[in-house]
Amino acid sequence: MNIGEHASKRFISEAGIRVPTGMLATTPEQAENAAADLGRVMVKAQVPAGRRGKAGGILSADTLDEAHTAAGSLLGSEIGGQMVIEVLVEQRVEIDRELFLAVVNDPESGGYTVMFSIKGGMDVEEIMREQPELLRQITIDPRLELEHESAVNLVEGAGLGPAANEVAAVLVRLQRVHRDLDAELIEINPLAIDSQGGVVALDCKLVIDDSALGRQPRLAVLAGFEPQTDLERTASQAGLRYIELDGDIGLLANGAGLTMATMDVIAHLGGRPANFLEIGGDAYTKGHAALELVLSNPRVRSLVVSFCGAFARTDVMVDGLTSAWTDLQPDVPAFFSVHGTGAVAATAMLRERLGIEPYPTMEDAITAAIAAPSSAQKADR
Amino acid sequence: MIVRGHERILVQGITGTQATFWTERMQAYGTDVVAGVNPKKAGIIHCGVPVYASATSAAADLELDVSVILVPPFSVKAAAIDAIEAGVPKLVIVTEHVPIKDVMYLLAAARDAGTRVVGPNTAGLVTPGECFVGLMPAFEASIFQPGPIGVVSRSGSLGTLICLNIVGAGFGESAFIGVGGDPIIGTTTRDALEMLDGDDRTQAIVLVGEIGGAMEERAAESAYGIVKPIIAFIAGRASPSGTRMGHAGAIVLGDKGSYASKHRALTRAGVSVLDTPSEVGPALQEVLQ
Repeated sequence: MNIGEHASKRFISEAGIRVPTGMLATTPEQAENAAADLGRVMVKAQVPAGRRGKAGGILSADTLDEAHTAAGSLLGSEIGGQMVIEVLVEQRVEIDRELFLAVVNDPESGGYTVMFSIKGGMDVEEIMREQPELLRQITIDPRLELEHESAVNLVEGAGLGPAANEVAAVLVRLQRVHRDLDAELIEINPLAIDSQGGVVALDCKLVIDDSALGRQPRLAVLAGFEPQTDLERTASQAGLRYIELDGDIGLLANGAGLTMATMDVIAHLGGRPANFLEIGGDAYTKGHAALELVLSNPRVRSLVVSFCGAFARTDVMVDGLTSAWTDLQPDVPAFFSVHGTGAVAATAMLRERLGIEPYPTMEDAITAAIAAPSSAQKADR
Repeated sequence: MIVRGHERILVQGITGTQATFWTERMQAYGTDVVAGVNPKKAGIIHCGVPVYASATSAAADLELDVSVILVPPFSVKAAAIDAIEAGVPKLVIVTEHVPIKDVMYLLAAARDAGTRVVGPNTAGLVTPGECFVGLMPAFEASIFQPGPIGVVSRSGSLGTLICLNIVGAGFGESAFIGVGGDPIIGTTTRDALEMLDGDDRTQAIVLVGEIGGAMEERAAESAYGIVKPIIAFIAGRASPSGTRMGHAGAIVLGDKGSYASKHRALTRAGVSVLDTPSEVGPALQEVLQ
């Protein structure tokens, strides 16, 4: 889960990392009032989009009028495909240099990788491609913490001057926040050294491990604010992962791997999937909710059900589906492929309750679904 | 990590509903489950085996080769540390949604102790005709038959579908290794590939991957040195690309993780990459003749 800039900065600030004084505003008037307290400010669109600065989502304002105007132009606009409903109005920092700091979980070593670059800012990825030698990193044992001395060694000789010790301290604090919040990633870009030599985090990106939200109550309450379509929200409330796509073949499968493979075969055979929805893992009992979701998309003209049970029992999934089918009486033809755990009972249920015979392979079911005329086309004849 | 019929299995979390369902199926298939763990139910008999308070107390009474961990996500770390301290040489962590921080911690402890870990979030291991551990339909004759094909898969459901196609084409499996779907796991696709290469019963290897991470690219690096034919299916070609993990994610991963990157790495290493799961039968016929 992505945590917004304002909340992320609150967490690092609590850990002792300096951030600019700022406040959230949802109207130009609020932004103007904030600027009255803060002086010269930056007005920053609060959207989880990358390259926000390049997309025009960060404006500077010297006067109250400019703050009002900047907020007015950002609020309600789209930055990186996301609607701006809040701006962060922050005291402006006179930047001397911009650094890049991050901590990530490293799948290769199974440790925390702490990263530092003397050059940061909006173009950091390009800088790293062109001058990879600027990136310094160390990986630490996940059972240990970053030692101040290791952090000092990491930044030593990079040309930080008197700020080196404070930057090392920020790295140590950042690694603690990463660990304590169960983060997948925490990034300060840029960490500014201001004209007085002070060290200030101007932006912060924080991604939390979803699996840990149950033990991070302060983060779990932020989870409701992620942008979603109505159907995606309904799905997440039902404990399902649903992503709407622009095709017309509805799709229900168990397990992320099988769901992706089913989408691949639909595309390979010339069809276009209407959604991603998997009911595997511990969600495999939610066949009823899943079918309702898929069918609530009006573009769906035929439905592929691709089940291959390992942990997920196909008899339990088909039981839920057939009861939903009886309730909803959908006017969409369905094409099943059912294998694995519970498949014999599941196939018998399909025959008895719906009079549907599953296809021998997933490819057969998909071929039939793509060839099926929609009910609208049938009505035309 | 190939599980054998003679190995003695501990099930941590044996009394749970799912664990009970799958323990019974493991036993019916011939897996030698010798004990279970539930700290609150020590002393009872469940699924016909004694339940202990900890892996350590079970190990004091019994020889243990493998522990299957089926406890809730936030309890996995303690269960795994218990099994590592008990000296169980192999752990199969089935639980899904284990916090990454806990996974990194327990894998570091396992590495120090010389303990092999499969998972978390693995569907399990199957050696057809011998035994299985985890949540795999080993007992479905249309999916698992003894034979010469080694299968490594991140996904349980897709791995099952691939096995269905292998058996449907008249072949059987020497071993199924579910490595698990999480980004950080104890036994990687590459590790499993190398194990199957060293397994006498395996004549050809099927690698089932998916987009995200660099697991398949790493496996491709070792595929260069493997003489046994390798066939791959990578799921996610038609999936919308995932969310960016900040600048740091992009800097660490580069362009790895995409379907194109995995396809390129594997193809260059001489692996044939299939378009659909049902192509696995004909592809195996070609390489084994």
